[in-house]
Amino acid sequence: MADSKNTATRDSYGNALAELGAEHEDLIVFDADLSGATKTGTFKKAFPERHFNCGIAEGNMMAVAAGAAAMGLIPFASSFAMFAAGRAFEQVRNSIGYTHLNVKIGATHGGISVGEDGASHQCCEDFALMRSIPGMVVMSPSDDVEARAMVRAAYEHKGPVYMRFGRAAVPVIHDADCFSFEIGKGEVLREGKDVAIIANGLLVAAAVEAAQALDGLGISARVINMATIKPLDEDIVLKAAKNCGKIITCEEHSVIGGLGEAVCALLSEKMPTPVKRIGVNDEFGHSGPAAALLKQFGLCADNIVEVAKVLCSK
Amino acid sequence: MTKQEILSLRKAACRVRMGVIESTHAAKAGHPGGSLSAADLFTYLYFKELNINPTAPQAPERDRFVLSKGHTAPGLYSVLALRGFFPWDDLKSLRQIGSHLQGHPNMNLTPGIDMSTGSLGQGISAACGMALSAKHMGKSCRVYTLLGDGELQEGQVWEAMMFAHHYKLDNLCVVIDNNGLQIDGTVDEVMSPYPIPEKLRAFGFDVTEVDGHDFEQLDAAFAYARQVKGMPSAIVMKTTKGKGVSFMENQAGWHGKAPNDEQYQTAMDELNAQLAGLEAE
Repeated sequence: MADSKNTATRDSYGNALAELGAEHEDLIVFDADLSGATKTGTFKKAFPERHFNCGIAEGNMMAVAAGAAAMGLIPFASSFAMFAAGRAFEQVRNSIGYTHLNVKIGATHGGISVGEDGASHQCCEDFALMRSIPGMVVMSPSDDVEARAMVRAAYEHKGPVYMRFGRAAVPVIHDADCFSFEIGKGEVLREGKDVAIIANGLLVAAAVEAAQALDGLGISARVINMATIKPLDEDIVLKAAKNCGKIITCEEHSVIGGLGEAVCALLSEKMPTPVKRIGVNDEFGHSGPAAALLKQFGLCADNIVEVAKVLCSK
Repeated sequence: MTKQEILSLRKAACRVRMGVIESTHAAKAGHPGGSLSAADLFTYLYFKELNINPTAPQAPERDRFVLSKGHTAPGLYSVLALRGFFPWDDLKSLRQIGSHLQGHPNMNLTPGIDMSTGSLGQGISAACGMALSAKHMGKSCRVYTLLGDGELQEGQVWEAMMFAHHYKLDNLCVVIDNNGLQIDGTVDEVMSPYPIPEKLRAFGFDVTEVDGHDFEQLDAAFAYARQVKGMPSAIVMKTTKGKGVSFMENQAGWHGKAPNDEQYQTAMDELNAQLAGLEAE
């Protein structure tokens, strides 16, 4: 594990945009009055003439970005996940998805780790919404290193991409010097044979921590970082099911429609395997400090250990 | 414009109207009413105003047109076919499986379509994105978009209007087809968008009002719009829904209904008579 200070992946996003902007003249950025929070402000500072504020009008922003892509530019459109995927869903579906235009959606403040703002801003439905759009790539990085590589991969990819970044600072678990990122490829972070924990976002670090604790209990847990939710890396899931026989999915998202359901859908058709989904259980979040909320909703290493113990005792 | 040019546009518009009737009749579905109210505008744009080339529909420097009121695709398809973007006979495949002529425009299937539309309110936003990008890229092309008057009820339209003014998109021309009717009735009884010109002016547009079936007025309005600087322009057209087919004129019921065989014949007879009259001029 790399040793580095904690970083919020929204910061990684802003930094990566500024880096990429220096390399690519055709990269432009749209924001909807949240540049300070989404960190596109970092790009704006470097390239003010390529940063366009759309005001508090996310639906218009998404279709404007589609128009920019139709002209050959590569727009990144940003807001909170709630408004990028939620409010503007139909604009994303029709003007970006149906057209398959080259728009990159950088959504920050995904999940309940938004914290104190409460349920109105805690989007736990974005994976479900974006997965349902044909041709849309849906990703959520685990740390700073992966987030920055992901933004670069999204730029290179031809077609629409949805990326979800977090508000809360998270540990850096990848070594930047030997890391490479590929859209649609999962990553085995830790080998194991009794259970496979498939996670994304800030729950990847929690999964690694849980696997270490499980080791002490005599349970060998494989940890897979599934940064790309769609297209799903089917091979890595099927191999985990075959080798470990039991799967746990972990995501800062509703158990409906996200990574857990994507894994279950695959396994039910190709290799029926017991799965436990850790996520937000069809309920809304509420205000509170991010760390306390994550613990309360069971999105933490302790709960992963408990779930694994029960699953492995059967 | 010379009298000859105007006559030529009127004949072309008559053929565009025939294409609308032929395609919706063949499809047994589609939106003839708004296609006919905008038929003169479509004709003016594709035969006079737009810098486009049917043999190079993707030319980077071309002008763009976004049909924000995407349901009137039969009118746009008809003018594109007449202008030579694809064969006239394709119109008969409207809305059929395997056809490139979808119920609403698809930029990835039909030559000459610059943006997929159909969900109201989104086309004008895409047009704003195109106009902003054209300026950013130093392109001299212009961007045109056509909205229905009922479409103005979509809140997104006004988000886009704010955007167009904020970014001083003087390469953008927004056209409103004010035929006064929408699916459930007249626009003022469903949800009044009036007064349209005043609202557009309040949002920072340079507005011209025209009779949307008068080519001289259209010509003057587009010439004026071209020289507007520092702000977007808008042309509000008073039109007649169903224009050119007597029994469809000013009938909300013809918004999204195809003519049956008998109605088709009556409509084509009327349009053929109009064309013969123009040929005789």
